[in-house]
Amino acid sequence: MTTTLPPAAPTGPGHPAQFTGTHVLGEPGQIDAEGVCAWFSGRLVLETVNLVMEQSKVTALIGPSGCGKSTFLRILNRMHEVVPGAQLAGEVRLDGVDIYGPGQRAMETRRHIGMVFQKPNPFPAMTIAENVLAGLKFSRISPANRDDLIEESLTKGGLWNEVKDRLGELGGALSGGQQQRLCIARSLAVKPRVLLMDEPCSALDPTSTLRIEQTIKEIANEVTVVIVTHNMQQAQRVSDYCAFFLAEENQPGRVIEAGRTEMIFGEPTDQRTFDYVNGQFG
Amino acid sequence: MTPDAITQTAPEGVLVTTTSASTQSAPTHRPQRADGTPAGDSPQPPVPPAPPTPRRLPTPIRPSAFGADDLLVLVGAAISSLCLVWIVFYQLTSLSGGLGFLICWYLVFLGLTWFGTAQFVERQVATDRVVAVVVVSAAMLMVGIIIFIVGWVTYKAVPTIHWSALFTKDQKVFQAADPNALSNNGVFHAIIGTFEQVMLAVLMGVPFAVATAIYLNEVRGFGSRTVRTVVTAMSGTPSVVAGVFIYSMLILTHVLNYSGFAASLALVVILLPSVTRVVEEVLRVVPSGLREASQALGAPEWRTVWSVVLPTARSGVVTAVLLGVARIVGETAPLLFTAFGSQVINWNAFSKDQGALPLVIWSDVRQAQPVLIDLAFQAAFVLMALVLILFVLARLFSRPRGRGGKRRKARPDEDDFMARIFIPVPIEESESR
Repeated sequence: MTTTLPPAAPTGPGHPAQFTGTHVLGEPGQIDAEGVCAWFSGRLVLETVNLVMEQSKVTALIGPSGCGKSTFLRILNRMHEVVPGAQLAGEVRLDGVDIYGPGQRAMETRRHIGMVFQKPNPFPAMTIAENVLAGLKFSRISPANRDDLIEESLTKGGLWNEVKDRLGELGGALSGGQQQRLCIARSLAVKPRVLLMDEPCSALDPTSTLRIEQTIKEIANEVTVVIVTHNMQQAQRVSDYCAFFLAEENQPGRVIEAGRTEMIFGEPTDQRTFDYVNGQFG
Repeated sequence: MTPDAITQTAPEGVLVTTTSASTQSAPTHRPQRADGTPAGDSPQPPVPPAPPTPRRLPTPIRPSAFGADDLLVLVGAAISSLCLVWIVFYQLTSLSGGLGFLICWYLVFLGLTWFGTAQFVERQVATDRVVAVVVVSAAMLMVGIIIFIVGWVTYKAVPTIHWSALFTKDQKVFQAADPNALSNNGVFHAIIGTFEQVMLAVLMGVPFAVATAIYLNEVRGFGSRTVRTVVTAMSGTPSVVAGVFIYSMLILTHVLNYSGFAASLALVVILLPSVTRVVEEVLRVVPSGLREASQALGAPEWRTVWSVVLPTARSGVVTAVLLGVARIVGETAPLLFTAFGSQVINWNAFSKDQGALPLVIWSDVRQAQPVLIDLAFQAAFVLMALVLILFVLARLFSRPRGRGGKRRKARPDEDDFMARIFIPVPIEESESR
């Protein structure tokens, strides 16, 4: 089991159990995953992943299909457990607090660790403005200044200039790339500390993809980003750190190598990583 | 060697023989000499390309490519099958009966259509045509029956209607000898009764139905399979049994008297399973990605259902309620021993017996007095009009609000009033879980 990153911060009895309140929403957080395993209906699909996702950095998870990247990503904000038959082991710590610890609520965790999905999924029955505010509405928080928050979030999502005159239109009226940026803005509006992105560009054209990559770079100093991608160039372009996942035949997915992006792509230590990033895989 | 273009470009060469069918696509064909070298090598200046013309396909494959000759085949088949079947049916075999004749005529018509069409096109295409004829005639029969029913009731009802009496008076003063019976009697008591009973049933039934559908599809809790089976079985309950149930449980035990409320309880028994099933189907096509997105934003499950799933499925839920109303508004059997059918106006659905439109139709159409039969047809007319009005209202209310200009341009038919009423609103990106 290859782990390259430093051990996670210690947690003890004296450590604050609830990260709610002890940390300010909107400050980037650090995620430490330790010994994470995952099962679907009793079948082990992910084995002992130890990984640190640095504060204010972009970490890319790369690897072939079916190697557990998305499963791992969903474990990071407790979306794994909504799948029937899914089980997991290990610890995921947000700034040192285990999000699966006793007393932690999944709803609260997901507000701190937001997620953007592969397929753009704005709420079709809501307007663009309502979509942006949806997360706050769900948590029954009324923002101090609604319009400012909408503008701020859409600007961060790189969509403000395109939609500022049509905030009252339904979210479904936008193009695919715009919808995905709306979803990013919607996730940013609740001021998460980590943003998980599950192949956010795989359903989009190259122009929209570049636009979203730009957005990722712009938000990286405000929120820690973890992105799953199948696109090597994209991983190289946007990420600071990279983790290579691989599931060999009849084996669960494992992290083969993790480290700085330049290192993974430039001088990987493992032959399998070298083969994959140079397109000589399978 | 008719086409000009070819003779111009290759004056001295031997031309490949071409049929008139292929020359219509001349712009895409490079004319060739017999030895296979392109005619473009000849020193003549290039001829400006002719404007493109659509190419005539060798056989019309699509059933929609329907021309005048096809229509002629259909008419010919219809006439000849009529004659043939008439001779065989009535003259040779001395069978009788109109319905049998019609069925035989239709079947022979299909056969002759196939043979007739097969003279011009391939057999496969002919089979295609015949299937198209079957489908279209089934649709026409359906529409024809509905038009016939509506037209017949309208024809019987409208000439005798005294509009002011119909909507203001009841039947308490009815006397068969009264020469002005039609202007002294109406069905207002029944309109009130039906309206109140249906509204009460909807108010009581729909929340339960939607909650059950959410339990079945969103919560998927303990025993949801059993509940689904029970709901399915319940939708097969004969409506008279629903009436007997309320009668024996509540009226015989003196919990309630005959009243509109008792009738609405019986209607709820009919309404619940049908609305539940339709709402469940509608919730099932809400993309699961929306639920995930909502959960990933930190929404509790009830929030996801209330703020995301139900608004997305809004038009479908409205349609479900509408279908439920259409199901119960004409129910007669459950009302017989619950509302009981009063002849006078009773505004209070919670006390005393109350009239209803189906009950008026049921009781009056069997009477000997022509006036009462006229009143029954008038009640039927009002009932149909009521269903139509509910239908239109529900369609208008189920429109998604604030639709973007982009989508509106993409689907201009939505602005058409009739389209707005009759085209069901699709749930976007439907995807089953």
